[in-house]
Amino acid sequence: MSELRKAKMNRIDQAFIDKKKDLLNVYFTAGYPNLNDTLEIAKGIEKGGADLIEIGIPFSDPVADGPTIQESSTKALASGMTLKLLFEQLKDLRKDVTLPVLLMGYINPVMQYGFEAFCQKCQEVGVDGLILPDLPMYEYEEMYKAVLEKYGLYNVFLITPQTSEERIRKIDELSKGFIYMVSSASTTGAKSGISEEQIEYFERVKAMNLKNKLLIGFGISNHETFSKACSYADGAIIGSAFIKLVTVDASSSNIQQYIQSVKNP
Amino acid sequence: MSDVQSKYLVDQRGYFGKFGGAYIPEMLYPNVEELKSQYLEIMNSHAFRTDFVKLLKDYVGRPTPLYHASRLSEVVGAKVYLKREDLCHTGAHKVNNTIGQILMAQALGKKRIIAETGAGQHGVATATVCALMGLECTVYMGEIDMARQKPNVERMKILGAEVRPATSGSKTLKDATNEAMRHWINNPKDTHYIIGSVVGPHPYPDMVARFQSVISEEIKWQLEEKEGKEDPDYVFACVGGGSNAAGAFYHYVDKENVKLVAIEASGLGNDSGKSAATTALGKEGVLHGSRSLLMQTEDGQVVEPYSISAGLDYPGIGPFHAHLFDSGRAMFVGATDEEAMNAGVELSKLEGIIPAVESAHALAALHKVDFKPTDIVVVNLSGRGDKDLETYIKWGKY
Ligand SMILES: Cc1ncc(COP(=O)(O)O)c(C=O)c1O
Repeated sequence: MSELRKAKMNRIDQAFIDKKKDLLNVYFTAGYPNLNDTLEIAKGIEKGGADLIEIGIPFSDPVADGPTIQESSTKALASGMTLKLLFEQLKDLRKDVTLPVLLMGYINPVMQYGFEAFCQKCQEVGVDGLILPDLPMYEYEEMYKAVLEKYGLYNVFLITPQTSEERIRKIDELSKGFIYMVSSASTTGAKSGISEEQIEYFERVKAMNLKNKLLIGFGISNHETFSKACSYADGAIIGSAFIKLVTVDASSSNIQQYIQSVKNP
Repeated sequence: MSDVQSKYLVDQRGYFGKFGGAYIPEMLYPNVEELKSQYLEIMNSHAFRTDFVKLLKDYVGRPTPLYHASRLSEVVGAKVYLKREDLCHTGAHKVNNTIGQILMAQALGKKRIIAETGAGQHGVATATVCALMGLECTVYMGEIDMARQKPNVERMKILGAEVRPATSGSKTLKDATNEAMRHWINNPKDTHYIIGSVVGPHPYPDMVARFQSVISEEIKWQLEEKEGKEDPDYVFACVGGGSNAAGAFYHYVDKENVKLVAIEASGLGNDSGKSAATTALGKEGVLHGSRSLLMQTEDGQVVEPYSISAGLDYPGIGPFHAHLFDSGRAMFVGATDEEAMNAGVELSKLEGIIPAVESAHALAALHKVDFKPTDIVVVNLSGRGDKDLETYIKWGKY
């Protein structure tokens, strides 16, 4: 019975049960630095000891992203990356990867693929959750929530230092898995380090006792920033710093070494 | 500005039919929400209205004339009036919006202004009002456009604005818009983003349309004076993002006897792969915060459009226009580079008015409709051709 329940549980929930704190989520852009690196990089992240994997769907106009992730998207698209190809690359995901996998992407490519077809495919290849930063809450509730639920997918929302308490409560109601706590008013990769002002914000949100887990993202790049973020949340997300790393060397050994250095230097 | 209620205009949720909304990342939510919660109240306040009307009159030079182009009328076979937005200060309708938005920024207590620009017309109109109000101005412009539109880059600098090249993606208007949005994400508190057309997340498409609606407000009484009736048979306007067309159509949307004709840039032809005709080539999609029609690949990547006119070189149209198209309320027509340039030269020779290449697209469409001799046709002449001299010279056929 407990085995059965375990098998049915979303891997994101399972990750937070297996490991109570300091979870590391690593973001990378699909099809970067080389078109067919996607699955190998995911495997490297798992081997390195991360706890969640977030795969970015490249888009031509990623407004929430800073230069590092923008460039990785532009390069991936120039190499011929498409959403169709991504699902092809992830066909055997679950042969090798046991960690929860989230797809992060802008809504337009998903709409063109067909939202339901997209969700169905996510379930088929073993994706556990979605981060669609430009999907508004209202539209999510009206049109998309039921579809996600039908395919067992979790939708992760973002909050920022400017998000009001009332809105955070609403987001907490709608979220599943975890809430993505954007560390500062910025695009991805814009700032590094953690300021007093940010700590105030982290503490304020922590004190709200939300029902969802919290992962802090944006500006996390090494052990110092990771462990600092973890003292205010359940874990943290690394994106731009990881993209910079694979730009130089995308080998599994380099990825593993980096992830280990972030977790325990 | 106006309080028109219509099934063609924005609804409570920020949609025009099924188009519009605010598809923005959470990082932009507070900025957009602040504007959304206050823009109507501010626009309807006595203080705002007084300042807006005064500046449009004394600074922009409104009302712009409604001119009966009799020699052109003869050629076209209908009674053609030109709404002379080309006579606005800075040379195009764009300034109607930037005057409105700079007053909005002041009412919201903002200290800095950002904007995007393609050809540089909106950038110049923004730099102008920032100089007028003494606010700091940063304009994003695609690196490629900066090279193509050097005089406008210098105009903005003379006016005291900083012009920042957008070097991401395709380095043109859509990327300049992305950069402006990113700047806004990184500077959420003291900055207002003056978007240049009826695009972007709600409330921008509605707000910009309201500022531009002064165009049709004037056409109504001017036509009443000249023809004894407010309604023409046709209103023609070119559509890039759609702001001049939104302004020219606004007060006529519910008057089904007035035919609305929107002209898109077909570039070298819609089958050539070099076009900007969104309704002909686009599909429903989301760009720059709203759901609308969008030129894109099968994979949902935004396509770089082409037109000889930089102001029409945008891969989408505003949600208002997507709704006018979808509902059949407006007729959408394409005009190629060649048709537009010929029409621009034709107007120059017949009426002594060199139009902006954007506006020339609207004029080109006059040759594509079978008019009755008694038809009254208003063409929104959105801008003057000074900025396009080099394009006319390169074209050479005059
Ligand atoms: C003279 C003129 N007309 C038209 C346009 C197109 O913009 P919209 O479709 O928003 O009116 C521009 C844009 O730069 C312009 O300069």
